[in-house]
Amino acid sequence: MFRPIEPTLARQTVLLQVQGRPITAREGDTLAIALLNAGVVPFRQTPVSGQPRAPLCLMGVCFDCLVEVDGRQNVQSCMVEVSEGMQVRLQSGARRAEDAA
Amino acid sequence: MRHDLVIIGAGPAGMSAALTAGSLGLKTVLLDEQPRAGGQIYRNVTTADPKLAALLGPDYTYGRALAGRLAASGVELRYGALVWDVARDLTVTTLQQGQSLQVRAPQLIAATGAMERPSPIPGWTLPGVMNAGAAQIALKSSGSVPAGPVLLAGGGPLLLLVACQLLDAGATVAAVVETSPGANRWAALGHLPAALGTPATLIKGLRLMRRLRAAGIPWFSGATQLAVEGQQRAEALRFTAGGREHRLDASVVLLHHGVVPNTQLTRLLRVEHDWDAAQLTWQPRVDDWGQTSLAGLRIAGDGASIGGALAAEASGTLAALGAAHALQRLSATECDERAGAARKALRQQLRIRPFLDALYRPPEWINTPADDTVVCRCEEVTAGRIREMARLGCQGPNQTKFFSRCGMGPCQGRLCGLTVTQILASELGKPVAEVGAYHIRSPLKPVPLASLASLFTEENKDPTT
Repeated sequence: MFRPIEPTLARQTVLLQVQGRPITAREGDTLAIALLNAGVVPFRQTPVSGQPRAPLCLMGVCFDCLVEVDGRQNVQSCMVEVSEGMQVRLQSGARRAEDAA
Repeated sequence: MRHDLVIIGAGPAGMSAALTAGSLGLKTVLLDEQPRAGGQIYRNVTTADPKLAALLGPDYTYGRALAGRLAASGVELRYGALVWDVARDLTVTTLQQGQSLQVRAPQLIAATGAMERPSPIPGWTLPGVMNAGAAQIALKSSGSVPAGPVLLAGGGPLLLLVACQLLDAGATVAAVVETSPGANRWAALGHLPAALGTPATLIKGLRLMRRLRAAGIPWFSGATQLAVEGQQRAEALRFTAGGREHRLDASVVLLHHGVVPNTQLTRLLRVEHDWDAAQLTWQPRVDDWGQTSLAGLRIAGDGASIGGALAAEASGTLAALGAAHALQRLSATECDERAGAARKALRQQLRIRPFLDALYRPPEWINTPADDTVVCRCEEVTAGRIREMARLGCQGPNQTKFFSRCGMGPCQGRLCGLTVTQILASELGKPVAEVGAYHIRSPLKPVPLASLASLFTEENKDPTT
């Protein structure tokens, strides 16, 4: 949905896994922007009706960018930076206690 | 207590408060959830690629000097620190690297800034619909732009600025769809003489418009009936303008109807708030030194009232001076003497606000949307359901929350609070101030239980020492 512009392409790359699929991001990217750059749509399906969602605000307000990061559920992906080997899972519906790592 | 002052937020207000406090010898700690200083306006300014910084312009790179002085100031800086509770004795609880920590000082300055006013229209929950500010954050923090055609809809200086910045960054700007009602111009005209006192800001605005026109970007004014269409993601924006219906394709739709103070923290602390009928926002009640109705708690910057980055910087200085006076480090006379420049800058910056507030006053249908529009994104509660709650006897947002779950999701009412209050006021025929706002409770953001189990207080054990 997003793409990096030319002057910033030179930055160090970081490899992460999203749903087991490798995705390249750039060092310093927030996870939300890395996912947008990789064309991940939607980020999640809502617990209430299963509607597709992706980030609205990218500044920690809307909670529509929630994903699972390295086993931690409901992480605001706009508030964490990518790191090498990060394991990301997309969330569908409500979280359950027994799903917690 | 090991500190004199705790500051929350490292945007312009928090940075300038920290610099003033540091220069006065106050033992100060500055907390921010982000990994580095800047807030949203100067986001990433210390590490942004030079070409990207040039593209974002001098108003952005101005923040670099502020951040640089902060880094050299000797003020204790804690980044990556999410504040999730503040008690009425001003104990601040943060989550940092999975660990909850407490810090308390006799003076607390909250510089938690603004957020964009929610723009509830049909389809605004679809992936690809974002706030205009979000696109700017993607550009500042990552040098990323929307990959396909992007539409900007709403009103306000930020909408035009983001449109120009996206254009400069090589994005495909499909159109600007302004929603500000035509009557706004007449209302704004009366405030123009005062606005002429801030000519630089007016000229900047005119330059933005000229840039968009010169680039041939289609421009629609007085648009109504906005709706985003799409199944799994945004595909088009439908609207009415100039008596005609339009449907424009876009993969990203950016909405913007101004910015409003983020009042989660001041609501948590139950301080006095007033409804500002010009800005259509709640504002915590503060004096000239940022002091709220809770002794020792001060608000600096856009979190108190929208004035922009330079006004925020000035109000940060004033709040820190107020704190120094309260701590008996400065006499009232010394305080006044040191406040001169900041007061002047603040007055200068605020001169244009009445003009901008009138010109970009959001249309009524954004504040009180149609029945089938989702207002609470988390719990998926529509405007119609909120009106039903009013008919059933709910007198305010808190009763509405109990009966409908509206505002009960993870965003804790940040994105529906203003709308719910205004819908209820209109439905109940009561003044907004009487209808009130959501009660906000700790934690301000969801935190893992494990971080609570290992809570550190400064008094017992502190892992940072």
